[in-house]
Amino acid sequence: MALARIDGALTESPDVAAPRRPGRRRRAAPLPTAVLLLGAVYCLLPVVWVLVASTKNNSQLFNTFTFAPNGSLGSNVAALSSYAGGVFWHWMLNSLLYAGGGALLSTTVSALAGYALAKYRFRGRSTLFNTLLAGVLVPPVVLAVPQYLLLAKFGLTDTYWSVLLPSVLSPYGIYLARIYAMSAVPDEVIESARVDGCREGRLFAQIAVPMMVPGLVTVFLFQFVAVWNNFLLPFIMLSDENKFPITVGLYTLLNRGSTAPALYSLVVTGSMLSVIPLIILFLALQRYWRTDIASGAVKQ
Amino acid sequence: MKQARGRTAPRLAPYAFVAPAVALFALLMLIPIGYTVFLSFEKSQVSGLGLGTGARRQVFAGWSNYASGLTDPTFLSSLLRVLVYSLILVPVMLGLALLFALLLDAQRVKFQRFARLAIFLPYAVPTVIASLLWGFLYLPTVSPFPAILARLGLSMPNLFTTNTALFSVANIGVWGGTGFNMIVIYTALRSVPSELYEAARIDGASQLQVALRIKIPMIGPALVLTGVFSVIATLQVFNEPHTLAPLTNTISPDWMPLMKIYDLAFNDQDSYEAAALSVVIAAGMFVLSYGLLRLSNKHVFQGR
Repeated sequence: MALARIDGALTESPDVAAPRRPGRRRRAAPLPTAVLLLGAVYCLLPVVWVLVASTKNNSQLFNTFTFAPNGSLGSNVAALSSYAGGVFWHWMLNSLLYAGGGALLSTTVSALAGYALAKYRFRGRSTLFNTLLAGVLVPPVVLAVPQYLLLAKFGLTDTYWSVLLPSVLSPYGIYLARIYAMSAVPDEVIESARVDGCREGRLFAQIAVPMMVPGLVTVFLFQFVAVWNNFLLPFIMLSDENKFPITVGLYTLLNRGSTAPALYSLVVTGSMLSVIPLIILFLALQRYWRTDIASGAVKQ
Repeated sequence: MKQARGRTAPRLAPYAFVAPAVALFALLMLIPIGYTVFLSFEKSQVSGLGLGTGARRQVFAGWSNYASGLTDPTFLSSLLRVLVYSLILVPVMLGLALLFALLLDAQRVKFQRFARLAIFLPYAVPTVIASLLWGFLYLPTVSPFPAILARLGLSMPNLFTTNTALFSVANIGVWGGTGFNMIVIYTALRSVPSELYEAARIDGASQLQVALRIKIPMIGPALVLTGVFSVIATLQVFNEPHTLAPLTNTISPDWMPLMKIYDLAFNDQDSYEAAALSVVIAAGMFVLSYGLLRLSNKHVFQGR
């Protein structure tokens, strides 16, 4: 099991990895530093551009140099908020509902299954695990069409459930939860709890889950981002504009903009507003982005 | 005590724990996959004059959906296009990810913390939104680039011609994917024991030599894995070209294989041929990822 515990690859000072040797002066190496900064500029460019562009009204957007801000942010937000009866904020709330609800349910299901696969010996365990693992390899986009056709048979398309339900199953989440249960919950703790007469359900909920929390936060975050970013599934399932998540909403707005360019400044402002919460979430929870699990997991 | 130990192997509890996952797996994966395979061998037949609700019947089609799907020139050209796309995107993205990871791990490089966050940031931006942003940056009327290029005496090339559109889309993939892969590689680099290269450093090896001769070979497995997953992900590209399509006529509705499937299922209302192509792509993906992982296990993890 190659689960090296390298927490917070994003946050820790690089000096931990490359200890400063005493007695030697550290000068900055100009060329490598410049290359690294160039990479940072490339990655920040579209984000900075959208921040600036959202301060322009539609004619400024097309006529002024785009890295010089103007003062139309307030009126843009107001115009966006009143567009089609405030549907934009509906989209944001929907995204929050799909991503938050889907990730919460998904983490619960993954924790239960991952814990059972890690800590119990039962008939069919390895078959079940391998089948679930194969599920990681099935492209979700290929499943979206048959899922639509099946849900249509039950009249479930164009409902909140049609987007939420497929978001609950995450073979990858189960996989991560299993690895985390294996390393974080010692067998001795389970044994002694059983000796004390603890029931299996209570053992899971009150002893195993608290030990698995850091790993489960990671599972939650990966699934939250996956659902928040999802486009094809809601795009196929939904036709009612009021149920759209933000990705589908802004896409349809852009699509209309190709015949009515006046909508472009709304798309720009909407993109800006939709990117901000995720960036904040992501910066605030940096230490939970445990890519060591994501990568180390597959090495076993 | 002996009796208490008798209940250490509960029989039903694990089944109850996996039940929700199994039910969802059956409902959302097994049944849809089975249904797709079933549909791929069916077709709709019009009887009589084709009027009324009973006029269309679903009948057995044999391999005809596969035959017509696989000989469709638009599907074949989308297949070729996605291979070229993957060939452009994956080496550039992983090359940059490796370069930045090595720079983050190197000594005497400044602004490492800032750069690490900045380069990882695009991971937080949904691909559709990323495509919107880059789409605007590509549009000469809105983009800041023409003004900058004009000052240098250059003009902005058209980024949506048949020759350039693939690169424009690949750039969005590079932008969105470099940071995540960089962090994966960086994490692997940090688990390389530093004694391994401290000795080489004392013997006078330059940082570049240490990177090429020691660090990169040590993180081989991480590189192979990021490579395999990147290839698989890029072959499924849909969001980026689909989002850019309203901005240009160059990107047709069947530009990439998954766009072709979507186009068949929802614009042409031909679920049957769409199902056949879905089966082909899923099978291809499965064989490819299984094969690549087997191959990499053999070569990279030997003796580990």
